[in-house]
Amino acid sequence: MIQIKLFKKVGSFAENKDIARDIRLKKIIPALDKNQKVILDFEKIDAATQSFIHALISDLIRKYGNEVLDKISFKSCNETVKKIITIVIDYMQESN
Amino acid sequence: MLIPGIIKILKKTVSMKIHIPNSAFLGNIDPFLKGFNPSKPNELKITANKKWSSIHPVVLAMIAALGVKTKPSNIECEKLEAKSKHYLERMGLFKLLGIKSDIKITEHESSGRFIPLTQIKDSTELTEFLKELTPLLHLDAKHAETLRYIVSELVRNVLEHAVSKYGAIVCAQYYSKSNVVRVGIADTGIGIWKSINVSYDPKTDLDAIQLALTPGITGTTRREGGTEFNAGAGLFFIKSIATVNRDFFMIYSGKGMYKLLKRRGEKIKLHADPFKDRHSKRDDIPTWEGTVVGIDISLDTTQQFSTLLDLINQTYTEALKERKKERYKKPNFI
Repeated sequence: MIQIKLFKKVGSFAENKDIARDIRLKKIIPALDKNQKVILDFEKIDAATQSFIHALISDLIRKYGNEVLDKISFKSCNETVKKIITIVIDYMQESN
Repeated sequence: MLIPGIIKILKKTVSMKIHIPNSAFLGNIDPFLKGFNPSKPNELKITANKKWSSIHPVVLAMIAALGVKTKPSNIECEKLEAKSKHYLERMGLFKLLGIKSDIKITEHESSGRFIPLTQIKDSTELTEFLKELTPLLHLDAKHAETLRYIVSELVRNVLEHAVSKYGAIVCAQYYSKSNVVRVGIADTGIGIWKSINVSYDPKTDLDAIQLALTPGITGTTRREGGTEFNAGAGLFFIKSIATVNRDFFMIYSGKGMYKLLKRRGEKIKLHADPFKDRHSKRDDIPTWEGTVVGIDISLDTTQQFSTLLDLINQTYTEALKERKKERYKKPNFI
C-alpha cells in the first residue's frame, strides 16, 4: 500500500493538472501495476477543481476499469472535495 | 485629440479600433462589442468616451489582449479626458501595453479591491496568480472558493486550448455598491470554433460555443469522458455556478456571443444545453480572434459551493445518459 500526501505537492487548492498527471503517471500507476493499494490523502486541501481530479484519476478508471476504485481510497477529504471526486467517478463510470 | 510624445501617433491609418464607452457591463455590453473594429490586427487605436467610462473588467481584458500582441509603436491611444481615466491606469492597462500615459494616481486603501490586468502564460504563473487572488480582493472563504475555481478553470482553458503565445489576460474588480466581483479573461488564440472543430463539426461560432458549454464535450476527442487530461466539463461548471448564483456570464469567440442572463424564480434548474438556459446570443458581431469570457460573481447570492456540486453532478450524468441513449442501436422491426 502507498499513501500519497497531496498537500505537499499541490498546496491547499488542488488545481494544477500538470502535477495531477505527474502523480498519476509516476506514483499511482506504478503502484497499481505492482498490485498495491493507493491512498490519496487530501488532508489540508481546502478545494480541488474538477479538472485536477479528472487529470488525477479519470484515466485509471478507463485503463483498469471500474474495479480500480476498490484499490484507491480518498482520505481526509472535505465535503466539497468529496463531491468533486464523486462527480468525476460518476461520469467516468457512466462513460465506460 | 491625440497626444504626441506621450503615446506615439501612427502616421498611417490605424484600423483595429476599440472604443471605451460610457458604460459597458455584461448586461449592456452588446453595443461595445458591435463597435469593435478588428481589421488590421497589427495596429490598435483606442478611443474613449469624453465624460465618463464605467466598464466591466472584461472590456479592459479585451483591450489588453489586443494590445499585448501589438507593438507599442503601433498602438495609438486617444488622450483620455474622462475623470475615470485613472481607473485604466490603476488597472495597469498602459503598463501592460508598454505605452506611457500622463495619468498620475495616488495609491490608497481601495487598491486592495481589484486585480490589475495580468498576463498568464503558463501553469506556474497561474498557480502563483491564484495565491494572490483572494487576499487582494479581501474575500471570505465562501466567495474566495468560487472565484478561485472560476479563474483557475478559465485560465487553464486558455493555456490548454487557445494555442496563443500571449496566454491569458485576466483582471477583476470588486464593486462595493452592488457587492459583486466582476472578472474578465481574454485571449487572442485560435478561438472556440477551431478548438471544437478538431473533434466536432460546428457550422458557426455560436454552434461551437453551444458545444463548448455542453458537459462532456471537448475538442480533444469525441469519446465520452474525454481524454486523460480533458473532460469537457470546465465551462459547464462555470456556467452552472453563474446560473445558480443568478450571475451574468458571457462568452465571445469569433462572431458568436452567448450571454447567460440572470435566473428568475426560486426553482434552480441546470441545463446541459446552454440554449435552454435564460440567455441571449448573437452571431453578427465583429470577429474576435480568440475567446473572451466575462463573469459577475454576486456575493449576496453566492451559494455554498457544495450545494452547487450536487446539482452539477445530477445534470452532468443525465446529459451523459441521454447522449448514450441516442447512440443505442434500435431494434430492426420488419
